[in-house]
Amino acid sequence: MSVGAPRGLASSGQKPITEILHPLSAAEETLSPGPDVTVSGGGEKDSGLTNGTPVETSSPASASLLFNRLQLEDDLDGDARDPYASTETRDLFVTVDDPKKHVSTMETYITYRVSTKTTRIEFDLPEYCVRRRYQDFDWLRIKLEDSQPTHLIPPLPEKFVMKGVVDRFSEEFVETRMKALDKFLKRVADHPVLSFNPHLNAFLSAKDLNKRQGLALLTKVGESVKHVAGGYKLRARPPEFCAMGEYLDTFTQKLGTIDRIAQRILKEQSEYVTELREYGTVYSSWAASEEELRRPLEGVAGCVTTCCGALEDLSENMSQDFLPVLREYVLYIESMKNVLRKRDQSQAEYEGRLEAAILRKQEDRTPMPVEVEKCQDKVECFNADLKADWERWQRNKRQDFKQLLTGIADKNINHYEKCQAAWESLITLLQEKQTEDKTSETN
Amino acid sequence: MIMADSGSSEEVAVIGNTDLTSTESENNIINTMVEKGTALLRKLEINVAEAEKRTGKNTVNMQETYTVYLIEIRPAETVPEGGTPAAPDTLWRRYSEFELLRTYLLVTYPYVIVPPLPEKRAEFVWHKLSADNLDPDFVERRRVGLENFLLRVASHPVLSNDKLFYLFLTEEKGWREAVLETGFQDKADSRLKSLSAMFRVKNPDKRFTALKHYSDELNTVISQLLRVRARVADRLYGVYKVHGNYGRVFSEWSAIEKEMGDGLQSAGHHMDTYAASIDDILEEEEHYADELKEYLFYTDAVRSVCRKHELIQYELEMAAQDLAHKKQQKEELATGTVRIFSLKGMTSKLFGQESQEQRESRLAALEQSIREGEETVKEKNAECQEFVRTAWEDIERFKEQKDKDLREALIGYAIMQISMCKKGIQVWSNAKECFNKM
Repeated sequence: MSVGAPRGLASSGQKPITEILHPLSAAEETLSPGPDVTVSGGGEKDSGLTNGTPVETSSPASASLLFNRLQLEDDLDGDARDPYASTETRDLFVTVDDPKKHVSTMETYITYRVSTKTTRIEFDLPEYCVRRRYQDFDWLRIKLEDSQPTHLIPPLPEKFVMKGVVDRFSEEFVETRMKALDKFLKRVADHPVLSFNPHLNAFLSAKDLNKRQGLALLTKVGESVKHVAGGYKLRARPPEFCAMGEYLDTFTQKLGTIDRIAQRILKEQSEYVTELREYGTVYSSWAASEEELRRPLEGVAGCVTTCCGALEDLSENMSQDFLPVLREYVLYIESMKNVLRKRDQSQAEYEGRLEAAILRKQEDRTPMPVEVEKCQDKVECFNADLKADWERWQRNKRQDFKQLLTGIADKNINHYEKCQAAWESLITLLQEKQTEDKTSETN
Repeated sequence: MIMADSGSSEEVAVIGNTDLTSTESENNIINTMVEKGTALLRKLEINVAEAEKRTGKNTVNMQETYTVYLIEIRPAETVPEGGTPAAPDTLWRRYSEFELLRTYLLVTYPYVIVPPLPEKRAEFVWHKLSADNLDPDFVERRRVGLENFLLRVASHPVLSNDKLFYLFLTEEKGWREAVLETGFQDKADSRLKSLSAMFRVKNPDKRFTALKHYSDELNTVISQLLRVRARVADRLYGVYKVHGNYGRVFSEWSAIEKEMGDGLQSAGHHMDTYAASIDDILEEEEHYADELKEYLFYTDAVRSVCRKHELIQYELEMAAQDLAHKKQQKEELATGTVRIFSLKGMTSKLFGQESQEQRESRLAALEQSIREGEETVKEKNAECQEFVRTAWEDIERFKEQKDKDLREALIGYAIMQISMCKKGIQVWSNAKECFNKM
C-alpha cells in the first residue's frame, strides 16, 4: 500500500499529509530506515549519557537544537490558544483493547490487541493490528528510555503485583491494566518526538517483535550503575528545575493523600452498604407482619436496596476508574523525577569537563575541546527537551485531572439521582394508597 | 404552634414539592402524628412551649438538677382570624409529673392503649447525639415528645374527658395531691401484684393472643430497625466526613497549581460543605427515629392491655372453676356418692355417716355459696365482655392511627432522603463546575 494514502483517517478530514507533518519529522526522515533495521540497531552500543547526538539513535530534537526549541515554543503557543488544536493535527492513533488469556504448558499470560491507524509515511500501511503482552510494552518503554534519554517516558502500570492479594487474571485486574497500557501508548503516540521513535514503529507494526531481551536488560543494569556513580555536585541547578523538583515532591504527597482519602471513602462506603442492606432486610421482615403497611414497608425495603446498588456502582467506579489513574500519576511523577535526575547528571558532566578544560586551558592555552562543547550542547538540548516535556506534562495533567475529577463528580451526581428517583417513586406509591383511602372514606 | 384542625390534605399536597425547610417539615410531621378534631383538642390548643433547667432539693434533701416544661393552653375558638391570639395560660411540669399522669391513666383506663411518654434516657441514638439527660438536643427532642403525648391524650375519645388530665393542664398546684387522692395507687398495687403472679388463662381470646403476638413482633422489629438505623447513620456520617479531607487536600494542592488552582480551591470548599451537610441531615433523621420510637413504646401499652384482659379472663375462669367445684360438692352431698377419692370421703367412711341435720345445713350453705358464685361469674362475665368491647374499640382506633402515622412517617422519611439526594446533587454539581474550570 502506498505510503501517502491516508486511508484509515480519511474520515477525519485531515489536511494532506505533507502539510501536517510534525516539524521535527524533517530530521526524522533522514533516519527512518524502516522498523526492522532500527530495532536491531537500537541505542545499546553507545547508550546512556555519552551518546548525546549520534545521528542514528538519538531524538531528532537534539539534532537541530535551535530549530527544535523554536518549534516547540511555537507549538506551545498554539496549544495555549486552543487546547484542542493538537488533536486536529494528530496523525497517529493507537488503541489497546480486547485482552485475551493464553495458556501454555510453560506459562499463562494475557495479550492485548494494539490497533494503529496512521497517515505517517514511516508506516508502510495505514492500519495495523497486533497482539502484545505486558512484557512487550515493558520492552518498548526500556527502548524508549534508552534511545530518548532526554525525554519523559510515560509510565507503565506496576509490573509486579502481590501474589495472592491480587488475581492477575481477574477481569478487574486485566481491565485496569489494559486501560493503563492504553494510556501509556496514547501518551507515547501523542508525543511529538517519542511518536517518531522507530521502536514504537516496530512495536505497533511488526508481526513478531524481535526484542533481544538480554541486551535490553544489560543496558538497564548499566544505566542504574551509572546512576549510582553519578554523585556529582552541581554548581547551580537552574531555578526552574529546582521548582520542578519541588513541585513534583509536593504533588506526589498530595496525590498520596488523595489516594488514602479515596481508599478510606471506599472502606466507609462498603461498611455503609453492609449496614444498609441489613436495614432493608428489617423493613422487609416488618412488612411481613403488617397488613395495611405491607406495601409501604416493602416499598421502603425496595428503595433501600436500590440505593445499595447505586452506591456499589459508585464504589466500583471509584476503585476502577479513579484510583488507578491516581496511581498512574504517581508513577508518571516518578518518570519525571527520573528525567530531572538525568538532566542533573548531564549538567554535572558538562561542568566537570568544563572545569577540567579550563584548568588545562590555563596551563597550555589550547582551545576548548570539542567534547566539552558537545557536552554543553547536550545539556542545553536536555534542558530544552525537558522544558517542552514539562509543559506538555503539565497540560496533560491538567486535562487528565479535570476529566478525572469531573468524572467523579458525575458519578456521585448519578448515584444521588438514582436514589432520588427511587424515593420519589416510593412517595408516589404511598400517596396513591392514601388518596385511595380518602376517596373510599368519602364514598 | 400546633393547630388542632389544620387539614392533612395540604401536607400531602406539598410532598411533591419537597423543598421543605427542616422546621416546616418537622411541624408537618408533628401535626400528622395526632389524630385531629377530637374532644378536648377542639376546644383547646395545647403546647409544650419550652424547657428550663432547675435546681432544687429533693425529698432526701439532696441537691438535684431537673428540667421543667412549660405547658401553654389557649381556647381554640377565641383565636380571631388574623388577629393576635389571647395570651395563653401557662404552667410548669416536670417529667415525673407526666409519668404520674400516665400511670394514673394506665390504671384508671385499663382497656385503653395509653399513649407512651418519650424515653427517659436516650436510646438507639446516632452516636454523635449526646445521651445526656440535660443535653439541650435531648431536652428539645423530649419537649417535642411530651407535647406529642399531651396532644395524643387530648385527642383520645376517652382519655381527653378525664378530669385529672384537665387539671394537669390547668392547675399547677395541688394536682399531684388530687391524683393521689383518687386512690389509684392501691388499685395499681393490687393489680400489679396479680399481674406479676404467674397465671395461665385456659381459654385465651384468640384476638388478644394475636394482638399480643403482633405487638411482640412489632417491638422486636422496631427495636431492630432503630438499632440498625443508628449504625447506618454512623456509617453515613463517616462517608461524608471523610470527604471533608478532600477539602483540605484540594486547598493545599491548589497552592502549587497555576491554572488549576482556583478551581481546585473552590471545589475544596464544596467538599467542606458536603462534609458539613451530614450533621443537619442526620439530626433531621433523628426525628424519624423518634416517630418509630413512639410506636416501639406503644407496643408496651398494647401488651399491657392484653395482659389486663388476661387478668380479667383469669378471674372469670377462676370464679367459674370455683362455682363448678361447689356444684360438684353439692351433687356429691345430695347423692351420697364420692366420685373421686378424697380425704372427706375417707373420714366419712371411717367415722360413719353424718347426721341428716348436718347434711341439710351443709347443703344449704353450699347452695348459698353457689348462688353467690353464680352471681360472681355473671359479674365477671359482664366485666370481661365490657372490657373486650371497650378495649377492642380502642384497639381498632389504635390500629388505624398506627397505620396512618407510620405511613406518614415513611413519607416523611422518603422526603428527607430526597432532600439529602438533592443536597448531594447540588454540592457535586457545584464541585463539577469548579473542576470544569480547571
